[in-house]
Amino acid sequence: MANGNGSNGNGGIGVKLRERSKKLGDSVGNSQVMTSIFRPGSIFRKGYTDSPRNRSYVIMNNVLYHLHPVKVKRHAVKVSYTLCLGGLSFFLFILLTVTGIFLMFFYRPTEALAWSNVQQLETAVWFGSLVRNMHRWAAHLMVLTVFLHMSRVFYHGAYKAPREFNWVIGVILLTLTLLLSFTGYLLPWDQLALWAVTVGTNMMGYTPVFGGQIRYALLGSKEISGDTLLRWYTLHVLLLPFVIVIFMAVHFWRVRKDGGLSGPL
Amino acid sequence: MPEIPEHLLKRSAERRKQLGLPTGEEGGEATEAAAPEAGAEAEAAAPAETPAAAASTSDAGGDAVTEDKGGVPAHLLERSRRRKAALTGDAGAPAAAAAGGTATATAVKAAPAPTMTGPGGHTQRLLTVVKSGSIQQTRAEAQDKVHTWPHLLVVEFAAILAMTAIVLIFSAIVRAPLLGLADVNQTPNPSKAPWYFLGLQELLTMFHPMVAGVTIPGMGLFLLIVAPYVDKNPSNKPEDRKFVISIFTIFLMFWSVLVIIGSFFRGPGFNFVFPWNDGIFFEL
Repeated sequence: MANGNGSNGNGGIGVKLRERSKKLGDSVGNSQVMTSIFRPGSIFRKGYTDSPRNRSYVIMNNVLYHLHPVKVKRHAVKVSYTLCLGGLSFFLFILLTVTGIFLMFFYRPTEALAWSNVQQLETAVWFGSLVRNMHRWAAHLMVLTVFLHMSRVFYHGAYKAPREFNWVIGVILLTLTLLLSFTGYLLPWDQLALWAVTVGTNMMGYTPVFGGQIRYALLGSKEISGDTLLRWYTLHVLLLPFVIVIFMAVHFWRVRKDGGLSGPL
Repeated sequence: MPEIPEHLLKRSAERRKQLGLPTGEEGGEATEAAAPEAGAEAEAAAPAETPAAAASTSDAGGDAVTEDKGGVPAHLLERSRRRKAALTGDAGAPAAAAAGGTATATAVKAAPAPTMTGPGGHTQRLLTVVKSGSIQQTRAEAQDKVHTWPHLLVVEFAAILAMTAIVLIFSAIVRAPLLGLADVNQTPNPSKAPWYFLGLQELLTMFHPMVAGVTIPGMGLFLLIVAPYVDKNPSNKPEDRKFVISIFTIFLMFWSVLVIIGSFFRGPGFNFVFPWNDGIFFEL
């Protein structure tokens, strides 16, 4: 509020200006409006002083930050060590959830309506095109960041004891990410979606012994149809996110239980 | 309760012998915390009968030994003697030692006071001996740590802002593809899977579909999962892990090259093309 360091202290005018601005800052800061907002018990806290105790409270008293420990290894904070890849994957997942919920308001997973809904979204909905673009690009980006995160972890040898099992969970998360992306690929119900999914599911149909059953279970019919659309929609917006959130929770929890990020190289 | 180690018992016995005290089982028992009440009663009873004599002799004996050892400074001994004298009665310790009769009277008057000292004149009692191994040991050495706020949260916040900006700007510029309505009867040429499965589609050109679509990706996934259990090398230093790192790099290169070929070097009929000659047949 107070722009106390606004002037550059250049001679008498500078000093006067500084005094003036300090006075102004004080009168604004101590006004009833300000004090009513920035007082203890309001949404903002007043008087944060930078002390080890307060630094700890910032983490401990916040449900989101509480994912973190109060203190972390110094080398793990360096961007060059993690490249933030795991955290960014998680952030992209949140971004995808938010944009995905927006898209759900305008989309019906039926053979007759899916494609035209997407087109209406592009043309007739405020920010519809932008949000759809964000959802699609963020999805591709998430596949990439998850993959790069895995590579980073491997090159740092961070999958070794005691983190073996968390690596396994990570591989499952990679698979789930691919499945989420793949199930979402069909939903626009355009030529690109239909044939990409045809190619993909045909491959799964070659699984020995149960190939036919697997393909039928995935498609909900002999060939890709409206049943497939409904099935993949449910997988995409409900089942797979539900499962991946559980695995992510275990993944993050284990990062802490296994002693934080792996040690310096 | 853990048993008293052999060497401590031995040392205690030697010490007792030096002090001229009865060594053996009863002595050992008295030091144990298992019988504190019995010890306390004995202490209370014994000085009451011959209080002054016991007090003075124990004083003298204890002082003599510690002075022999040279362990306790003289002024501390003096202080302790004064304190003991004060506890045994109003009369001074030397006076009590000199005149037995009067000392008896004063000591009897101050009956509870002598319980402060044990039979050996000790003012402390051994409750238990904790073996070194039974103490919880701190294994972790101190680590160089910083507070999550601000050091980590600031980095995370910046990364999130940057990522939001990238996605937002890219989405504002580049439109997501939306081709014509799906038509089962009209197969586009080429038909491609999503980019992350194009490596598999590329393998389809070389192997039987079962091998390319199921066996090889299944093996890849399996190898990834078992990697930490197969790689027993505990080091995470790159110079110690040359073999594993090269294997993994080959693994990454294998898939990257396949995906790139499948994405950019495959045209109509999934035939090999050069993107700079025939254009790109690729949709994200």
